[in-house]
Amino acid sequence: MSLEEPEPDAPAPVEEQSPDELAELLGDQVIGREEHLNAPGYVIRPDAVQDVLSTLKNEAGYDHLSCVTAQEYEDRYESIYHLKKFDDPTQEVSVVVPADRENPVSESAEPVFRTADWHEREAYDLVGIDYDDHPDLRRILLPESWQGHPLAKDYDQDRPQVVPLRENANPLQEDHRGEDDTDTMFLNIGPHHPATHGVLHLKTTLDGEQVADVESDIGYLHRCEEQICQNGTYRHQIMPYPDRWDYISAGLLNEWAYARAAEDMADIEVPEYAQVIRTMGAELCRIAAHMLAVGTFALDVYGDFTAIFMYAIRDREKVQNILEDLTGQRLMFNYFRLGGVVWDLPEPREEFFEKTRDFLEDLPEALEEYHDLISGNEILQMRTIDTGVLPPEVAKSYGATGPVARGSGIDYDLRRDDPYGYYDELDWDVVTEDGCDNYSRLLVRLREVEESAKIIEQCIDLLEDWPEEDRTIQANVPRTLKPDDDTEIYRAVEGAKGELGIYMRSDGTDKPARFKIRSPCFSNLQTLPEMAEGEYVPDLVAALGSLDIVLGEVDR
Amino acid sequence: MSSDNRPFVTDDSQVLTDTRDARMTGEDNRFNSKLREAFGSSPFILTKFDKFMNWVRGSSMFMLQFGIACCSIEMMHTYAVKHDLDRFGAGVPRASPRQADVIIVPGTIVSKFAPRMKRVYDQMPEPKFVIGMGSCTISGGPFQEGYNVIKGAEEVIPVDIHVPGCPPRPEALVYGVAKLQERIANGESSPVTVKPYELEQFGDLDRDEIVDQLAREIDEEDLVMRYNWADSP
Repeated sequence: MSLEEPEPDAPAPVEEQSPDELAELLGDQVIGREEHLNAPGYVIRPDAVQDVLSTLKNEAGYDHLSCVTAQEYEDRYESIYHLKKFDDPTQEVSVVVPADRENPVSESAEPVFRTADWHEREAYDLVGIDYDDHPDLRRILLPESWQGHPLAKDYDQDRPQVVPLRENANPLQEDHRGEDDTDTMFLNIGPHHPATHGVLHLKTTLDGEQVADVESDIGYLHRCEEQICQNGTYRHQIMPYPDRWDYISAGLLNEWAYARAAEDMADIEVPEYAQVIRTMGAELCRIAAHMLAVGTFALDVYGDFTAIFMYAIRDREKVQNILEDLTGQRLMFNYFRLGGVVWDLPEPREEFFEKTRDFLEDLPEALEEYHDLISGNEILQMRTIDTGVLPPEVAKSYGATGPVARGSGIDYDLRRDDPYGYYDELDWDVVTEDGCDNYSRLLVRLREVEESAKIIEQCIDLLEDWPEEDRTIQANVPRTLKPDDDTEIYRAVEGAKGELGIYMRSDGTDKPARFKIRSPCFSNLQTLPEMAEGEYVPDLVAALGSLDIVLGEVDR
Repeated sequence: MSSDNRPFVTDDSQVLTDTRDARMTGEDNRFNSKLREAFGSSPFILTKFDKFMNWVRGSSMFMLQFGIACCSIEMMHTYAVKHDLDRFGAGVPRASPRQADVIIVPGTIVSKFAPRMKRVYDQMPEPKFVIGMGSCTISGGPFQEGYNVIKGAEEVIPVDIHVPGCPPRPEALVYGVAKLQERIANGESSPVTVKPYELEQFGDLDRDEIVDQLAREIDEEDLVMRYNWADSP
């Protein structure tokens, strides 16, 4: 009898099922097969969604519903559930649920995956599919009084939308109290509020100072990104928009999401040199994004507009200067092209390398300061340790990714688990913390900055020694890209906030027929009620700050 | 003795010069400035009250802490170190619209947010000024084609200064603020009239006699709000 515990670090190998094994597992619930570029697709009956998804979740280990895509064809509606495994995200499967053209009803997946709640509401809102058994099927991005479903085929954008003003009346004007329970108070937080990081509206019901119920009301920044991408050509017209999804300087990370999906779709090989530049630029963006997250979190928790916020902005300015040298822009870079990047490093290269190295050299000291001011600060520790607790199982069922998941001990990072770019050639670690609270999420971000710095340093070493005749920045990509008809792909990268995925379907033209963005913030924000209910109002604000949402990405 | 009893006369020029000299050239030169040179030691300035008030208004503006989209990141940078809008007397972001003089509209306005923004604007005390930051507040910018996007902030509230760019650099915003201050100091600003962004009583019907006839039957309390803002009058 051995007293030795099994090594906790060694992950159990994830067994992989072949497409046929999965088909066998699902039995006659499968009515057809499809082939998506990233995964096998199984067409199932619209009333078997819960059965199929729970079989896949419990018996085959597909525990991550990363995205729900809804779209309309000439003859049917379709919802696609993109499933993955948290332990190995390269194992993917798509569950395709067709629904009737005249009466599009499909069973809801919400009882199996909590995250389906918002995703299906979005599908209902924009495309118009009804989900049976859904607990709360309302519009989510557009106003309640909106007429029509804008991504449906018969939607006429020029038709005037005229509604009575009273339907948009302010809920606060009449009555501050809850409907039947007079002990609770209804409180609007947002959409204009400094702690909501943009235009988020939280409908909170308070019992004394405790949060009895919180409901996020989003859609105040729904800029129709999917529609605009569907109207743009693959080659050039889509690339500027990803910068504007997660606009906290995470532009290159977002561009990479689109670049990766489109390159895999059109089978474009990116030169290695361009991959190194991409990796470096993306990690610079991650540092900038995490700096702002940390700065605003401190601002939320103890209103520190003077020291930490300014320090964070100071360091962001340095990163932005480097990125401006590289891309020519401070915030909206538009630097990636399909098949590479738009131009080489700025001349003189030595100066650029020196500037970046200077920044990296100062970074440990700056981080030391952050740790002194923030994570080592007793006040902040009192406010954040053991508040906003998000257990890993809950986080998984909501599809939380990125620092939010890693702060709950979920070892999930697409840069390592589903390698792209140059990450698998470099030496760095995935950061996880087991605390599951606000403090862990903060620590994850601060430590990820260190890891990103490690990556950038290695990239610079590589770029410095790169032979001059071998500096190909772009592959040879045709001027007009027309992927084959009915090619479907879902590809994700690790954005600053988590798994940023793109689903695209081509219809043989030079524009995508359906462009769906899986935004990490959208799923992360869904966990807020789990973290905040029963806690005090200040903890709600801290939890929201630690989620680090960007409304541009939540609402798209 | 009576000859000594002269009427009391102050030698203005002498006093002026002495004081002035003491201040301009003496050891205590803390008061030296261009203004001091211009005014001498006189503690009085002759000006019109309105003009003075305009100058004060422009020189000490409280901004509303108001973030919508991408531009708000650059706006934060403008407030923070390096660009430091406070140098120009315009860098105190207030969280409440009731304490603010200027609202910078930093981002895309969509149909759901427009009524809320109007509400925030309505809560600001007069005189109030609006800076539209970024292309989205001019025309909808890169999102103009979107079904949900308001084609510019001017559909909703009157805008004094438009700062183009996507997003504008902090320097551009600083320039916009300086221009606004200049306009305020000169007593110019867009009229504080509220655009009929939402209050269109009868939708898009023509105002012919039949409509007038119908109008009497329609409950005027029940106002109409429309989402395709570009076409509204």
